Amino acid sequence: MRVGIVGVGQTKFGKLSDSSSRELVADAFREALSDAGLARKDISALVVCSGTHYDKQRSPAGIMAEYLGVNPTPTFHVEAACASSGVGVRVGWSMIQAGLHDIVAVVGFQKMTELDTAEVQDVMSRSGDVMWESPFGPTMPAYYAMYARAHMKRYGTTEEQFALVSVKNHKYGAKNPNAMFQKELTIEDVLKSRVVASPLKLYDCCANADGAACIIMAGEKITRKITDTPVWIAGLGLASSPMSLTSRSEFASFECSVKAVRQAYKMAKITARDLDVAEVHDSFTSAEVINYEDLGFCRRGEGGRLIENGQTYIGGKIPVNVDGGLLAKGHPVGATGASHIISIAKQLRNEAGPSQVPKAKIGLAHNIGGIGMYGVCTVLRAS
Amino acid sequence: MGFEKFGWVPYLSQTRVAKFVDFLQEGKVYGTKCKECGALQFPPRAHCLRCLSSNFEWSHLSGNCTLITYTKVDATPAAFKEQAPYILGLAELTEGPKVFGWIDKSVAEDHISLGMKMRLRTIRLSNGNWTYVLTELGTT
Repeated sequence: MRVGIVGVGQTKFGKLSDSSSRELVADAFREALSDAGLARKDISALVVCSGTHYDKQRSPAGIMAEYLGVNPTPTFHVEAACASSGVGVRVGWSMIQAGLHDIVAVVGFQKMTELDTAEVQDVMSRSGDVMWESPFGPTMPAYYAMYARAHMKRYGTTEEQFALVSVKNHKYGAKNPNAMFQKELTIEDVLKSRVVASPLKLYDCCANADGAACIIMAGEKITRKITDTPVWIAGLGLASSPMSLTSRSEFASFECSVKAVRQAYKMAKITARDLDVAEVHDSFTSAEVINYEDLGFCRRGEGGRLIENGQTYIGGKIPVNVDGGLLAKGHPVGATGASHIISIAKQLRNEAGPSQVPKAKIGLAHNIGGIGMYGVCTVLRAS
Repeated sequence: MGFEKFGWVPYLSQTRVAKFVDFLQEGKVYGTKCKECGALQFPPRAHCLRCLSSNFEWSHLSGNCTLITYTKVDATPAAFKEQAPYILGLAELTEGPKVFGWIDKSVAEDHISLGMKMRLRTIRLSNGNWTYVLTELGTT
């Protein structure tokens, strides 16, 4: 049996100072229900996803289910840092495949701008191993910067090539009404922005944001009843790497991504060449370049040249993050995975507006959780 | 207890390998060695990564290492403002395991290159805690 995506909904991402997390979740959920033509009573389970380290609310699934008015529907929470709702979709798929539930809603959210700077920094400083690494004050950009530097050393990748990723993603972000930053950037803008953790600069980094995204999934029979334009989940992959850099062996590649995407391609019976469009985890420009290689879009060491040659723009070999990616959309941690999957679903439904990739039939959504601990991949296929 | 004396901001205090900090105070960096299978671990672990045995002994490390990668952190967490900016390094010890920590402030950024030989040194911080730093070879 296949599992289909029957409804999607997403809020704008950004500094949404007038909204609480439950209100953002309700906006995304209502839009997904309306997209699917379903009512609340049709949802047989609600999977709530977020990076709980940013949540004020303990056990957020409780308040979300209440606010959405779906009790006594089963609900629980899934956390895998930046990959939370990507993993949530895998969990939802499993629940449907197991026959426990027929229609499952997965909602990812994050409310990050309500925390004050000190709170955000405290959360950030505990992103790595709190026993052996956090006492030295590493940050998310610092961890990714260490990978960027290793990639530059091994393959000759340049800061200019990293900057080109930001230029591309902001170009497409400018066309996305849900993006936090809807303004194009030049390569000079990126290169001249202030250093955050060398060699990464401000515009090499995504921004904290508020937002929510919801995906409603169903088994094959129900999917066919609900929609004429189903998008099928064709492949899933999930793998882990050690949290500590000291326990890893590779610093120019995220091994959890490599393992996860192999599983997803195998399950979907495709190779990277069959992809028409991809959403990859561009929390940092350097991560997108490394992802190109890890996901098989080019050979090892050629990620910098792939963007330099414009091959990840629409019309190139493999359009990547043509919704603006996290760099332009913003990165509300728990909503990001679902947002990536929604962007691919819209591409395959031919509803991606000015960033539509012509005749897109097969797409990949990829997330990395935390500092490279969780790699999650979802291959989608149009009917 | 005892581990709260490790590093600029210690997040944990209770662990079976707190003795590590006592060694730092003696100017020594120790790893753990599994008494069942002989695997050497750094940072120290109470359970062997290879065989999960909890039967370990302490093993003195030479501190000689090779730099794998680094970054200079300008935007730091609030609790680290007093130390900012600092350079984080990841290095491979000659004994095999890797070490993550600060590159000593005596090392200028333009002296740093990947693959350079470095040495671990223990230091006492201004808050009274102990840690190790990566130094250039030849400095003590």
